Amino acid sequence: MSMECGVFHTRYESDMGLRPRPAQRIRLVLFALFVLVFPFVASTYWLDLANQVAIATVGAIGLNILVGHTGQISLGQGAFMAIGAYTAGLLTLNFGVPWGASVFCACILTAVAGTFFGLPSLRLKGLYLAIATLAAQEIVEWAMTHWTTVTGGTEAIVVPAPRLFGLRLNTTFNFYWLAVLTAAGTALFAANLFRCRIGRAFEAVRDQDIAASVIGVDVFRTKLLAFATSSFFVGLAGAMIAFYRNIVTWERFTLNTSIVYLAMIIVGGLGSIRGSFLGAALITLLPALITNLGRAIQDTAPQAASLLPYAQQAVFGIVIILFLIFEPRGLSKLWENVKDYFHVWPFAYRRGESRAN
Amino acid sequence: MDIFLQLTVSGLSTGMIYALAAAGFVVIYKASDVLNFAQGDLLLLGTYLIFFAVAQTGLPWSLGVLVTVLLAVAVALVVERLVLRPLVGEPIISMIMVTIGLSSVLRGAINAIWGPNPRAFESFLPAGDLVIGPAVLSAARVLSIPIALAVLAGLGLFFRYTRDGIAMRAIADDQQAALSMGISIPRVFGVAWGLAAASAAIGGIMLGNIVGVSPNVAAIGLRVFPVVILGGLDSIKGAVVGGAIIGLLEVYVGFYVGHGLNLVVPYLVLILVLMVRPYGLFGKEIIERV
Repeated sequence: MSMECGVFHTRYESDMGLRPRPAQRIRLVLFALFVLVFPFVASTYWLDLANQVAIATVGAIGLNILVGHTGQISLGQGAFMAIGAYTAGLLTLNFGVPWGASVFCACILTAVAGTFFGLPSLRLKGLYLAIATLAAQEIVEWAMTHWTTVTGGTEAIVVPAPRLFGLRLNTTFNFYWLAVLTAAGTALFAANLFRCRIGRAFEAVRDQDIAASVIGVDVFRTKLLAFATSSFFVGLAGAMIAFYRNIVTWERFTLNTSIVYLAMIIVGGLGSIRGSFLGAALITLLPALITNLGRAIQDTAPQAASLLPYAQQAVFGIVIILFLIFEPRGLSKLWENVKDYFHVWPFAYRRGESRAN
Repeated sequence: MDIFLQLTVSGLSTGMIYALAAAGFVVIYKASDVLNFAQGDLLLLGTYLIFFAVAQTGLPWSLGVLVTVLLAVAVALVVERLVLRPLVGEPIISMIMVTIGLSSVLRGAINAIWGPNPRAFESFLPAGDLVIGPAVLSAARVLSIPIALAVLAGLGLFFRYTRDGIAMRAIADDQQAALSMGISIPRVFGVAWGLAAASAAIGGIMLGNIVGVSPNVAAIGLRVFPVVILGGLDSIKGAVVGGAIIGLLEVYVGFYVGHGLNLVVPYLVLILVLMVRPYGLFGKEIIERV
């Protein structure tokens, strides 16, 4: 945590607070109000996008715990989401497990699987670990499409709709509340995680693993714990997709999914919860924005509109590259810059670049 | 037995294309420690450029090959200068993500220019079949093996005897010492990307001749990882041997075992190698342990 200029804590409670400053609380209330009012004014299309953003936020926070905070690169996000989605879907479909229980089982099972795939991190570092998780992704993808007796192969499995008090939960409007609550809960958990011993140990391992082990952090155990915690939320995101979409298909959980989620945390900001949300929002909304742009220019420039699907892919890449070159700490850092500027306005002050990776 | 021979030839020719892609990957890794996830897209670029040169522009094939390689090298040099150079020294995750972003841009651009549908052009490798004893082999596939080996041998000679090749080895060995001896690192990075693009373009040309031109070619980029891990991340020889082994393994498993297991067997090998011998068959035995 870097210190903020012009903030003087006089009580321990305010020093320890998650959002100690009035401005922060006002912003939080404004955001909460927006979230509360949004579903009543937005169309189904935008509400569906909001749901996707909420699910992606959960997944991105999960991935960020591993990649951004603990420094373990994983290309297996799609595989872990698949484990979550298939577990939740199959438990409810085949054994009639209530949806809440099957979501919980999915999270636990994904955490176990994540820990298992984390085992190579005992021996492998950096790019070797990235390649190992890439292989894990390919192997899980293969299992999804070829282990037909369990996963149904390339056929989609249809998940019964979740119900609460006789209410169907996966309509766009109803699911919104569930998704937003889950995303908020995940964010709150993660925020507190990095204020306590375990989370600090994650970051110590990321910054300097040898130094961390010298001050008494069990590096291997911490890494496995990071894999487990991260996969828990990634599995949660997968299970949410299963119940929201009603179907589970392998196409949703390919290597491309892993890449999209990595893009979210890169663009949002590695090791930042706010960044996970901002990145999830930007990367989820980007294709929708480009599609809308395509519809807008369809009449005036049909030639250009027909190129848009490919432009989508190219823009996705360009966004990643531009952020890496010009603002490697992502949207989160941009937002902080804006805040800092106004915080001590009219004086010029930039918070120290102390949190180097 | 003749089936076995046919499988072997087809496995080796696939393996050599893997080796060409992997050699480019190794060159980039050796020079700059970058894992290039866009290697498959350089291959894709090669197949579309040869299609452009031969079928769309109507050049004779010899000139077409030259134009393809030169254009691919030009693209790689621009990419290196604009995208990779500003990120030298950034953490691994940034280097991985930037090549992933690059892959996305290249694929989007190629699809925008040539469309998503498979294209075909008249193959200029001999089209007939070669009859050796009881086996009937596709001549193009047989021929692709010596072509690839020649290119790879050329790369090996380059590293051994040319000034840039030696500079590259010096940088791989000790970047600081190389710098202090007056080796220009930007130049070497540029050369590495150029070479990687050239070798991928030749792989792409052969693929275009053997299997045709389609966006699916880029999927081969992922096969590069088992190959380089098996052979050793920093060894050209490893890329050749690894490519051959993975290529053969795929066709043998595909034919004798089936169940689509050939799709996953390279990755099982990858995991196994990482556990037993992470530096691969011919890699340098330096690996950071935790």
